[in-house]
This record gives sequence, C-alpha cells and structure tokens, in this order.
Amino acid sequence: MNIFVCVKQVPDTETKVQPNSDGSFIETNAIKWIMNPYDEFAVEQALLVKAANSDSTVTVLRVGSVKDTEALRTAMAMGADEAILVEAEDNLDSYMTAKALKGAIEKSGKTPDLILSGKQAIDSDALQVPQLLAQMLGLPSVSVVVGFEQNGDKLQIKREVEGGSLEVYEVTSPAVIACNKGINTPRYASLPGIMKAKKKPLTQLSLGDVSVSEEDRRVKYSDYKLPPEKPAGKKFEAMDEAQAPGVVKEVVGLLRNEAKVI
Amino acid sequence: MAKILVFAETHDQKVKPVTYEILGKVKGHNVDVASIGDIDSESQASLAKYGAANIHKLKGAGLEQYSPEGYAHALKGFIEAQGYDYVFSGATASGKDFFPRLAGHFNAGCASDVTNFQFDGDNFAGTKPLFAGKCLAKVELTGPKPYFITVRPNALGMPESESPAAGNATDDNATAGDLKAIIKEVIKGASEKVDLTEANIIVSGGRAMKNAENFAILNELADVIGATVGASRAAVDSGYAPHSMQVGQTGKTVSPSLYIACGISGAIQHLAGMRTSKVIVAINTDPDAPIFSKADYGIVGDLFKIVPLLTQEFKNLLGK
Repeated sequence: MNIFVCVKQVPDTETKVQPNSDGSFIETNAIKWIMNPYDEFAVEQALLVKAANSDSTVTVLRVGSVKDTEALRTAMAMGADEAILVEAEDNLDSYMTAKALKGAIEKSGKTPDLILSGKQAIDSDALQVPQLLAQMLGLPSVSVVVGFEQNGDKLQIKREVEGGSLEVYEVTSPAVIACNKGINTPRYASLPGIMKAKKKPLTQLSLGDVSVSEEDRRVKYSDYKLPPEKPAGKKFEAMDEAQAPGVVKEVVGLLRNEAKVI
Repeated sequence: MAKILVFAETHDQKVKPVTYEILGKVKGHNVDVASIGDIDSESQASLAKYGAANIHKLKGAGLEQYSPEGYAHALKGFIEAQGYDYVFSGATASGKDFFPRLAGHFNAGCASDVTNFQFDGDNFAGTKPLFAGKCLAKVELTGPKPYFITVRPNALGMPESESPAAGNATDDNATAGDLKAIIKEVIKGASEKVDLTEANIIVSGGRAMKNAENFAILNELADVIGATVGASRAAVDSGYAPHSMQVGQTGKTVSPSLYIACGISGAIQHLAGMRTSKVIVAINTDPDAPIFSKADYGIVGDLFKIVPLLTQEFKNLLGK
C-alpha cells in the first residue's frame, strides 16, 4: 500500500502568540515548533496500517518553511519511510496547501491507497485541507475520525460529531482520513529511530514544482491582533465555609440581575 | 446588494439557531435559504421572519442522511443553477466537514469559523480567531465566486429585530451523486444535551474534580440550568472525562453566554478555547489561579462546597 501522511509544523500549545509589527502575521522568532498534535495520530495510524499490510510504504508530506524540519524528522523517527517537503512561506491558505499536497503526491510517482492527516491544525484552525485535498483528488473523506478498521479496500471509520455521538462510515479506499485524538496512542520515537531518520530520504520541492502560485490564494488574512482584554471581574472569598452560602447567593443574583444570563 | 444563500442545517426538521444568527447579519441583501430535506412549518415561519426570500428544500436519492460527498454534490448543482455571490453555513460538525469540499467544487475559497463579519457594499470581511482564539485576524476572500463562509454558532447572537421576507418554500430536486463514504450507523453519545460548541451555558470541570464520579455534581448543576458539561485537558488526560468533552486548543473552542469553570486553573490552552464566553464564573481554591484573570465573577473556594450551593440557589431562583 502507498500510504501518505500530511503533517504541519505549528507553534507549541504553550506559546504566547504575539502579532508582528505590521499585523501581517505573528512573531515567529521565539516560537518552539512542534508537529501539529492531531497529526501525530495520523502518523501513528499510518504505521499501524503499514504493519498490517506487507509491502507498504509511508510517505510523510509537509508544506511549509524550512526553518526546521522537526515535524518530518519526528514522523520518520516514529517509522515513516520517506518525506517530501514543499518549501513555502508559513502563510499559505487551505486551498494553496491542498493543491501543493496534491502536487507532491503526484510528483512522488505513487498512486495513493490511503491519505491520513490530523483533523485540524491548531494554528490556523481552518479544518479544510483534508476535505479539499480529497475533493481535488476525487476521493471520499471522513473528518474528526476516532475509529479506524481496515478490511481490504473497505474501511470502517468512526467520526465524532456533536455530543460525542459517532457516525460509522463504510468507505471505499483510496480515501482521505482526518484523525482526532482517541483513534490510537502515538508512539514515541526511539533513539535508534531518531538515528535512522537522519538517513531517510527527504525530497524538497518548490511551490513552482507543484504548480502553486499567489494566484491560487483564496483566503487573505490581515490585521492580526490580540483579542480585547476583559476588564477585571469581581472576586469573592469563600474559603471559609460560613461565607460560602452568602457568596453563592450574591453571585447567582449578579448572574441574573447584572449579567442577565440566567 | 449581494445574492446570498444561507445553508440551514436541520435536526429533526428544526433549523439550527446559527442559521437565524447569520440571517440577522446579512439583512438588506438578497437572501435565500437552502436545506437538505424537510423543514417544519414553525422553522419555515422563523426563516421568513428573519429575512429568507426563498426557502429551497433539496430532496433526492442519497440525501436521506448526511454524507460530505452527497451534501456537497447536491448544493453544488443548486448553487450553479441559481448563481450566488456568497454561501454561508454554521460552523457545525457537518458544516465544517462538507463546506470545504463544496468550495472545492468551484475552486473557490472558504473562510471558516468566523466569529463576526460585515459587508462593505458587496465586499465581505470577517473576523477569524486563530491559535484557538489567542489571536484574531481579518479574513477576506478572493478568486472565483461564489465565496463560502462558515460562522461559529453563538458568536453573532440572535438578531435583535425581525426583517420579514416572503419565505416562499419549494421542494427542489437534487442528487447526492456517487458516494464512496456512506454512514452505516449512528451511535448516540452518552449526552443527549446540546453540543459544547452550540451550548448556551457550559459547566466545566478540571483536575480538581479528582475523579470521573465527581462529575455527577456538575451534571446536577447542569441539569438545573440547562447546561452542557465540559472538561479541561488536565481532567481529560487524567481519565475523568472523554475527549469529546474537552474545551481548549486541543479540544473544542466554545462561546456560550455563561461558562462556569470548576476547579480549572486556567492553562493558556484552556483559556484560548473559552475566552470568548460572554460571562465567565470561576471557582478555585487557589486565589492566584490564572482563570481568575478571565473571570467576571470569581469565587475563591472549594468547588465541592460551592457547586452544590450553586445548584440549590439556581433551583430556588428558577423555581425548580
């Protein structure tokens, strides 16, 4: 099987985001980059599928800057066989990213049997690339996936929707599957894995190689700013049990009469 | 005046409230609504009241249940026939799932999960939270039309006034096309309540809940005030609650009218996911917990004492 995994490199979740001086993006100097957390589930799922299907290869794809290649090296250290990086600024929109991923898959010369990704990137939060890529390739997709079973070219996929309910899909592969937390437990890269990853092939392509240009931009972001700070609220001391009933009564009264939310 | 289509997601033939929120905001343009399948008469009347000129109910083979390919295919055909400048949907589980595919059919752009927007003449500009809301950006669309937009539920609020329109309802033929991903079964979640992303009130528990059983006191409070129960990442990682209940950057981003945080310290990734809540109440024993910096009403106290008192006080207030 030819298994592809799409990963993104994003700022660590503990990052304090700061818009840059002209508001065209965020300050990226002091950021610690990590593999998008949801993409770890996609890499793990690819490795599980590879283990169950002989003669499989896992190719990990990323579109982004070359500042460091942490996400791709991590994926290969976990066990992916090879990587393709499409070099680009970190401000591409979903359409450009999906088109670049499609181009990278075509350049690899392999016909995909399965494409995996995280359900969303935790920086742009667009939740678009997997579905767009599937549409561009004429493939089905299932997003927010928490269950994966394979039986030949039939997949049984569980997708999480509102209220924790699950939609159970029967999917004919090839397909694009966007993974959520809960689908598996990603492995840690072992030390030998990390050493081996350094020798695995990493192909670099330009946006031109995959026929993506500024003309493909569909969504423009500008005026990056921090959300408005709320004015300080009211704080009540109720560690002493005797105070608690009075405080609770007062807060409930405020919720009704001042905030008017109850 | 732009020609606008608002996709109305239905649940048991009732239109989801985010549809009305969008209608209130596109008032003054030429606005139609489309659904897949039937809409009950009460919802149809509400759509007319908030400005739907035409209500198109798309029906046909393969559209009996949701599928991203089928919904995108049906709406693609309809939009091509009618010609719209803008197509809106709520950023619900299915809206977020199939709108990118629908936009892809037109090689068009999709602005996802905007929390506000305005039109300058016929030009759209939206507000898009990034990094789970740690940062906001202006979002605009370019390239071929129609432009697609999904709007976060609860962010705009219900329209303040009505703007009645004809609300002509028609059944329109549509097809799902060739489906390669089909729903075989739906397994109901433990909670029958409104989803976190659409909830008007949320009661959330953190690591201080100590175990899964203790969430019972949050459920009791939630039942009295009609809330949905959420959890912090610390509580989910400790196994007290499933990931479907997680609020934060690696969980759900929520914006209810009222968010009650119980025993949640307020890690940056949690605050990112709930900071747009209109009113925040925090209960924590640590007076220096970061959650208090975001709280409108902070109670420094033991949640195991405070929450049952809150439940009782709300019962009294609401006459339950």
